[in-house]
Amino acid sequence: MDSCNCIEPQWPPDDLLMKYQYISDFFIALAYFSIPLELIYFVKKSAVFPYRWVLVQFGAFIVLCGATHLINLWTFTMHSRTVAMVMTTAKVFTAVVSCVTALMLVHIIPDLLSVKTRELFLKNKAAELDREMGLIRTQEETGRHVRMLTHEIRSTLDRHTILKTTLVELGRTLALEECALWMPTRTGLELQLSYTLHQQNPVGYTVPIHHPMINQVFSSSHVVKISPNCPVARIRPAGKYMPGEVVAVRVPLLHLSNFQINDWPELSTKRYALMVLMLPSDSARQWHVHELELVEVVADQVAVALSHAAILEESMRARDLLMEQNVALDLARREAETAIRARNDFLAVMNHEMRTPMHAIIALSSLLQETELTPEQRLMVETILKSSNLLATLINDVLDLSRLEDGSLQLDLGTFNLYAVFREVLNLIKPIASVKKLHVSLNMAPELPEYAIGDEKRLMQTILNVVGNAVKFSKDGSILISAFVAKAELLRDSRTPEFFPVPGDNHFYLRVQVKDSGIGVSPQDIPKLFTKFAQTQSTAIRNSGGSGLGLAICKRFVNLMEGHIWIESEGLGKGCTAIFMVKLGIPERLNESKLAFMPKVPPNLGPAAFPGLKVLVMDENGVSRMVTKGLLVHLGCDVTMVSSSEECLRVVSHEHKVVFMDVCVSGMDGYEIAIRIQEKFTKRHERPIIVALTGNTDKVTKEKLMRVGMGGLILKPVSLDKMRSVLSDLLEHRVLFEAV
Amino acid sequence: MDLVQLQRQLVDYRTSLYHEGFLDEQFTQLQELQDENNPDFVVEVVSLFFQDSERLLNELSKALEQQIIDFKRMDAHVHQLKGSSSSIGAQRVQKLCIVFRNYCEARNVEGCLKCLQQVKHEYALVKTKLESMFQLEQQISNAGGSIPV
Repeated sequence: MDSCNCIEPQWPPDDLLMKYQYISDFFIALAYFSIPLELIYFVKKSAVFPYRWVLVQFGAFIVLCGATHLINLWTFTMHSRTVAMVMTTAKVFTAVVSCVTALMLVHIIPDLLSVKTRELFLKNKAAELDREMGLIRTQEETGRHVRMLTHEIRSTLDRHTILKTTLVELGRTLALEECALWMPTRTGLELQLSYTLHQQNPVGYTVPIHHPMINQVFSSSHVVKISPNCPVARIRPAGKYMPGEVVAVRVPLLHLSNFQINDWPELSTKRYALMVLMLPSDSARQWHVHELELVEVVADQVAVALSHAAILEESMRARDLLMEQNVALDLARREAETAIRARNDFLAVMNHEMRTPMHAIIALSSLLQETELTPEQRLMVETILKSSNLLATLINDVLDLSRLEDGSLQLDLGTFNLYAVFREVLNLIKPIASVKKLHVSLNMAPELPEYAIGDEKRLMQTILNVVGNAVKFSKDGSILISAFVAKAELLRDSRTPEFFPVPGDNHFYLRVQVKDSGIGVSPQDIPKLFTKFAQTQSTAIRNSGGSGLGLAICKRFVNLMEGHIWIESEGLGKGCTAIFMVKLGIPERLNESKLAFMPKVPPNLGPAAFPGLKVLVMDENGVSRMVTKGLLVHLGCDVTMVSSSEECLRVVSHEHKVVFMDVCVSGMDGYEIAIRIQEKFTKRHERPIIVALTGNTDKVTKEKLMRVGMGGLILKPVSLDKMRSVLSDLLEHRVLFEAV
Repeated sequence: MDLVQLQRQLVDYRTSLYHEGFLDEQFTQLQELQDENNPDFVVEVVSLFFQDSERLLNELSKALEQQIIDFKRMDAHVHQLKGSSSSIGAQRVQKLCIVFRNYCEARNVEGCLKCLQQVKHEYALVKTKLESMFQLEQQISNAGGSIPV
């Protein structure tokens, strides 16, 4: 037997213990080999395992341990040296690796442990974030509600809708039990319940405004928690165990008049409404900060919306008022127009109706005066005449004044002789003045033009009125009338500041002064003088008649003539001076103006009006022929006479400009002659104008004449003026149609 | 007689002629036509009127004496007379002529005769009056005064 180095087993190999060891080693080895496999498998599966190197080490260690145990299996029996060598090697390696691994693990295990802490930390963080998310979401939802609420509120301009929507939406958003709005009353001393969410309580319930709790709410711009026992909060039916929390907020009410752009943040008015919000009872809910903020925001928005609504209401009301006023004004205007029209119609009718009998009375009275009368009768007739003249004047004055008032009177402008007007006034006034032993003198400035353009009749009326007043109110003394052209410096009179006459080239201002030495006028009565129907209350003049209209009318006439009239007096008993200035036109060239008033020229200025005009007169009747010739010769014409139609045709030549033909001739029809004459002269300008003289102007005759082409028709007997105007018309127009 | 008295007498006389309807405003027109170029215009016209009227009245008398009365011719004469009298303003004569013409149209011999008598009568009257007036005027101008208008 060889000597063996191995240790002799102490027990025989077939021992049970040996067997168990053998099996255990085997299984250990198996386990040791499978663990790394598992590890590799799972590590391969995971992507992020940072400790691969450690695993490799661990794997190596396990494998070697397994190998060791495996090799141990062979050492139970007699084994060779090789096995012992391998065993030793394995054991050595195993020892090395395990030591290294052990060393490594010292580093690794704390790391592994900290992973766990980090995981815990992250979990906490996630939970916290979740909580916060929930909060944010709630807030966002609240914000959404506010926006929606605001949108609802601002989308309407109706106050009730605004408030109702506010309450409803708030109630919904915040899940309130009750929401109420208290508005200040008109007096400002009480708060009145105006709107509630659930309408459980009577609207109109009031609470005095000066409650400490209410004052507290009004003085803070934030939402204030109030006690459920506050009178404004006691609007729920009692019987709940635990009333929910109540908050109140002030809603500023902005007034139109309070809008000052500069101090917009500070409200100058202290009018607030109160909004009370109540959480549901028995819910143990609390007011959260974000809910309070929401309520504040809403309250502000409501304030703005209400003020907009108020402004709109205001402007609508103003517009309605204006429309009403417009309608009323329109109606008033139409009524006024109707009234004026009615008055004008009345005046027009009355004008005619009143004047006709007046004329009859005056005319007949004056005719009566011309007849043989006894002195008493004469006196009576004179009185009748005087009274009716006065009445006629009064009627005219009143009618004129009404027409003047509404501006419908227009001046009749014409050229007239200024000196003649004054002379006429003087002539009219002299008899009365001499009766009263008043001396009247007229002083006309030499630079006054002889002719002027203006309304002669009304100017005379004015002067007459003024002078008449002077005479009327003077018992004795003298009256001085002076007329002159107003100089430029005198035109700006300090006493008449509103009168700015401007002298020009084709007009001048006539200034007339009438100075009397009569009873005068006291200074305080002077303004009244020109008002209608007003008379100074002096008894001395009460009986002097007149309606007080005269000066009022004069003033209006003077104003129409772009002038001014005023009276100066130093007082009662000191006489007075009436002064007026009117604007008159200056006629251009004197002969033109003369031509303009030809109708007024007396007949003996007439001759040679138509010098040398060749005319032919045809008339069978010798007398009438002679008369017509006389007329035409007087007008300067060169007259040829014929007594029959044949003679007429023979004699007529192109030199004769007009042929006067008596158409009541026997023999040849006058019309035929006209046709024959026209045939004789083919050229138009050579043809004379043919005028028929006849006593007959019926329609048939006229038509005949027109058909025949006669220039016109004159009705016999012909006056001188008629003939003159006929000739001038004929020569101007080459046709007249009828002159009666 | 005194000049002033004469003149006043003339004026009164003329006024009375107008008042009594012998003359109308046509006569005034005639007077207006008289001026220094035509100093005797009125007298001339009136004389012509007298001549013309006498002639016409004779013709009318002759016509009415005929067996067969020519109303047309009579009408023409009356028409002439009417024209003349209206030309100088002999109002009454003119009015009668209108009536005369109506009778002629109606061929009323009795009416015509009666009318003719009336016309003659009126004509005589107006002739006398006018002649007196001219006499007065002549007296005034002989006395050196001017004839008032």
